[in-house]
This record gives sequence, structure tokens and C-alpha cells, in this order.
Amino acid sequence: MPTRSDLAPAAPAPGTRGNDALDQADHPSSEVLRFGPDQPLLLDSGHRIDHLQIAYQTYGTLNAEKSNAILICHALTGDQHVASRHPVTGKPGWWSDMVGSGKPIDTDRYFVICTNVVGSCMGTTGPASTNPETGEPYGLELPVITIRDMVRAQVMLIDHFGIDTLFSVAGGSMGGMQVLQWASTYPERVFSALPIAAGAKHSSQNIAFHEVGRQAVMADPEWRGGRYFREGTSPKKGLAVARMAAHITYLSDDALHRKFGRNLQDRDKPTFGFDADFQIESYLRHQGMTFVDRFDANSYLYLTRAMDYFDLAADFDGRLANAFKGTRTRFCVVSFTSDWLFPTVESKAVVRALNAAAASVSFVEIETDRGHDAFLLDEPELFATIGGFLSSAAHARGIG
Amino acid sequence: MNAPSTQPPRNVARVDHLAIAELVAPGTRVLDVGCGDGQLLTLLEATRGVDGRGIEISQKGVNECVARGLSVIQGDADTDLVDYPDDAFDYVILSQTLQATRHPRHVVEQMLRIGQKAIVSFPNFGNWRIRGLITFTGRMPVTGNLPHAWYDTPNIHFCTIRDFVALCDEVHARIERGIALNANGQRIGLKAPWWFWNLFGQQAVFLLSR
Repeated sequence: MPTRSDLAPAAPAPGTRGNDALDQADHPSSEVLRFGPDQPLLLDSGHRIDHLQIAYQTYGTLNAEKSNAILICHALTGDQHVASRHPVTGKPGWWSDMVGSGKPIDTDRYFVICTNVVGSCMGTTGPASTNPETGEPYGLELPVITIRDMVRAQVMLIDHFGIDTLFSVAGGSMGGMQVLQWASTYPERVFSALPIAAGAKHSSQNIAFHEVGRQAVMADPEWRGGRYFREGTSPKKGLAVARMAAHITYLSDDALHRKFGRNLQDRDKPTFGFDADFQIESYLRHQGMTFVDRFDANSYLYLTRAMDYFDLAADFDGRLANAFKGTRTRFCVVSFTSDWLFPTVESKAVVRALNAAAASVSFVEIETDRGHDAFLLDEPELFATIGGFLSSAAHARGIG
Repeated sequence: MNAPSTQPPRNVARVDHLAIAELVAPGTRVLDVGCGDGQLLTLLEATRGVDGRGIEISQKGVNECVARGLSVIQGDADTDLVDYPDDAFDYVILSQTLQATRHPRHVVEQMLRIGQKAIVSFPNFGNWRIRGLITFTGRMPVTGNLPHAWYDTPNIHFCTIRDFVALCDEVHARIERGIALNANGQRIGLKAPWWFWNLFGQQAVFLLSR
């Protein structure tokens, strides 16, 4: 398999929309796999995607036995550029501290695959992709996607590689949901699983935050019922507000206080107006504005919806332990003390269920004040845990 | 649990660990409650071929265990044992941790619910040296094995061998075997009476069943 780990942004292809981010939807700076109507992606909603495109990145080398593959599942606004430069922002990959040569997920040892999830906007079929049957972007004509649908698409990619059993499936947040779905639906294909800062369901509070974000997008007059591409508008303000609200949930009160406190932005005293007087306001505005340059508003609706619908136990009469019945997968569950989006109690519910299923499970709660986003940051305890867990699992799997 | 202060210095295999290993049948499922850095679990996996799991309260301990390839979860013996189903394990082990729990009786009851058998090892507060220290100094004992002052010790529920035997009676646990080790780590003869164990045992290991 060719590896393209350091790609320059693709040259604009004919028929593109003159926007780097949205061009990625059809012409990603990644490897691409395309399926036709003979291999449709069948969705939980009962609908199907007849023209599925999957964009992905790989790092390292698949060994002859095909036993060293790790699938990394990205979070809500993540993408396949786990350890390679982002083609739009130019920033390093979102997990480049974790994945690479000599890193905890060591690409000298393991073959790392990361795919953009279905519903996203970085090259795997999503609402910003062009529907080959109409020549127009799908928009809201794309059926609603679930976490299990994302995993089904990943299975198609893994099958394409001829990999029977993944050595590991790892991911944080929405990525952790995919990890749990993989382990539950395809237990024989997952040797080890690393759900981080995740849970087996999306809580009522989390659905509430997502609904605020979606309403912000849909309240933007430029959203136009999701047809903004066709109408030449862009619901940037709504999406930015959605991102600002969500970003607060990724941090913690302590971390915000430590970073910003009540400090004023470039001024000595309040202006008695509604400018960004406080540093935290300025910071959030910046977060919102940079986000809209790289993300599609409709994708934000689809992916938040997918997370909201996730409830692993619901498929097993509410008994989460039955989702893992008879599993031989080795689990390592990680949570963070200050994460209030996926608090430790959610991870512990997973651990409890795994224990009830007599599964092999390790669980670490990492002490940090950095909130949910800690899984993306330089957290030595997280690196030590993941590195140690994978090394011992590699030993058990006979990977050199 | 925090690595209790009562553990003898680390060496290749601790005598109390060897005594526990002797009580565990090969190829069984074992839960080590308060497994520290995983020394005992490693010994049991190596010498008894067990399918081992652990609970440990300290992040450092859990990380060391996970790096060793052990399946260990961060948790608290006092609160987290209720999460395990009945009969989940053949043995539930509590090694040098009983005295650091808030509710020792509850913990022992939970162990006997989760496991077919329970193994408990603890420092014997009825040992003659301890008795002597209290008698002659009039203060809480501080020894090489029990190095903490009364106000900062994690060991909040010391007991004697006789106390533990009485607890077993109260929770209707059957004592299948008992081992007492003296200050030199040698075993006290099986035929010795309880009062002798209680006076000369420095550590005790008990195998219990329902």
C-alpha cells in the first residue's frame, strides 16, 4: 500500500468550489477508495449510500501476516490526518504527539490507518460531497448517519486491505464511540480496543449541547435549509457560534481560569460595550472563526446527530454487558478527572459492563485539569498508559 | 489501594506472596484487590498460569500494571467491588490491604460474593512486639514494618489474627486454611494453637470460602 504521509494540498480540480476546505470533500489530499452501487453502504436508517467514497491516511508498514494494523477513529471535528499536516490549515496532525516513529502508537512497529468518517467533510462521503447521481452536493439529502454506519464503512476499508483482525482500534470522544461499536459488533476482528474519554451512550446533557449547536447553524439565514452551496451562501456565523459553545465543553473551569482568568484583551479596562473585552471571549471568537474555514456546517449537523443517537446498550435490551458478551478483546479504557463532557462515570459504566462480561479490561483515570480535550494534548500519563498497553498486547499477539 | 506500608522490602518473590500462590489452584480466574504494581499478579500468572485481573487505587500502580501487560482497573476496594457480578472469579485476593480499607467487613463479604474463594493476608496487630510497644511505651507502635505515625497512616483498621477469625465467623465464612509467618518469614506450625499464632505471627494469610 502506498503511504502518503506528508502531502501538499491538492491542486484545485476542475469543478471545485474555490474553497480549500470544501474542495477536500470531493478531492481530498489523501488516499481514496471508491465503491459503486454494487457495494452500497447500508445504513441504520434503512437507506443506503450507493456511491461511497472513503478518504484515509496510513502510516508505517503492514506486516506480511497483516497482524499489526491499528485503526484510529477520529473525533467530531477530526479527520484522517492523524499524524500528517492538515491540507487546509497546514497544522500538524491532530494526534502527532501520539502517533509516529518512536511514539506510543509507534509507526515503526504498527501499521496505522485513519479514515475520515462517513458524514464528515474531508473526503469520505458526507453532505458536502457531490452526489454523482445529481452532480450537486448531497446537503440534507444525505441520509442520517450513525456511529455504526461509520464503522461499517471502516470495515469496507479494512476488508480492502485484506486485514482479518485489527491489532487495535483506538480513539477519543466520538472516536471512542466507534471503538466501542467495533468491539461490540466485530469482536473477532478487534484484538485490542482503546476507548478514550468516551462512553457507551451520549448523555442528555451532551445531546442538549449538540442541539444548541445545530440550532445555531440552522438559525443562520445563510444556511438556507442546508442548500447553501447551491445558493452561494455560507452559514459561517451559525457554525462559529456552534463551535464556540462546543469548545467550552471541551475544556474545564479550572483550565479556563488558569489560561484566561478574567484577563482583558489588549486593554486596561472594560469598554462598556460588547466587543471581546475578555481574553476568553477573544479566544472563543478565534476558535469559532478558524473552525468555519475547515469544516462544513451540514457535516456538523450530521456528526453531532450520529453521536446523539449512540446508545450501545439500547441494542441489547439496555444491558451494556451483553454488548460485550463472550468478547476476547483486550480493553484499555481511559478517562480524565476534569472531563465533564464524558465524565469518568461514563467510562466506569463501560468498565463495569466489561467486568460483568468477564472481559480483559484495564482502566485508568488520568488526573488533569484540561477537561475533555486532554486526550489530544501532551499528557505523559496517557502516553505511558497507551504505550504500555499496546506493547503488552503486541507481545501477546506476537508482533515484534 | 495505596501500596500499604506493611509490606516487607521488595525481593524476588515475597514470602507472603509465595504463601498466597500456594493457595491458588493452577489455571483459575483471579482478582487481586489492591494489586499495587502488579507483583503478585505477575507471580500468579507466571507460576500458577492464572487468568488475572486487578484493582488498584493509585494511578501510578495502574500504569505500572498496564505496562506489564496486566488487566488492571483503577478503583477502590471499598466502593467498586459491588460492580462485579456474583461468582465472577475463582479467587479474590486481598493482599496486605484489609487494614487500609474503610469497611473491612463489607470488603470481605463482597470478596466472598464475587469469588468462590477469598484469600486475605494482613499484618497481625496481636504480635508480641506490637503488644510490647503499646504496653511499655504507651504509644501507638511504629516499627520497620509499620513505619507510619498514627496520624498519617493509611492503615486505619488494624486487627489481630483472633479478630480476623472472629470476623470470619460473623460473615459466615469458612476458614479453609490459615498460614502465619513469623518475623523471619518462617511458617508457624499448623498444630500450634490460635493464641500462639496470634502472639508470634507477624503476618497471616487465610483462605476462605462461603
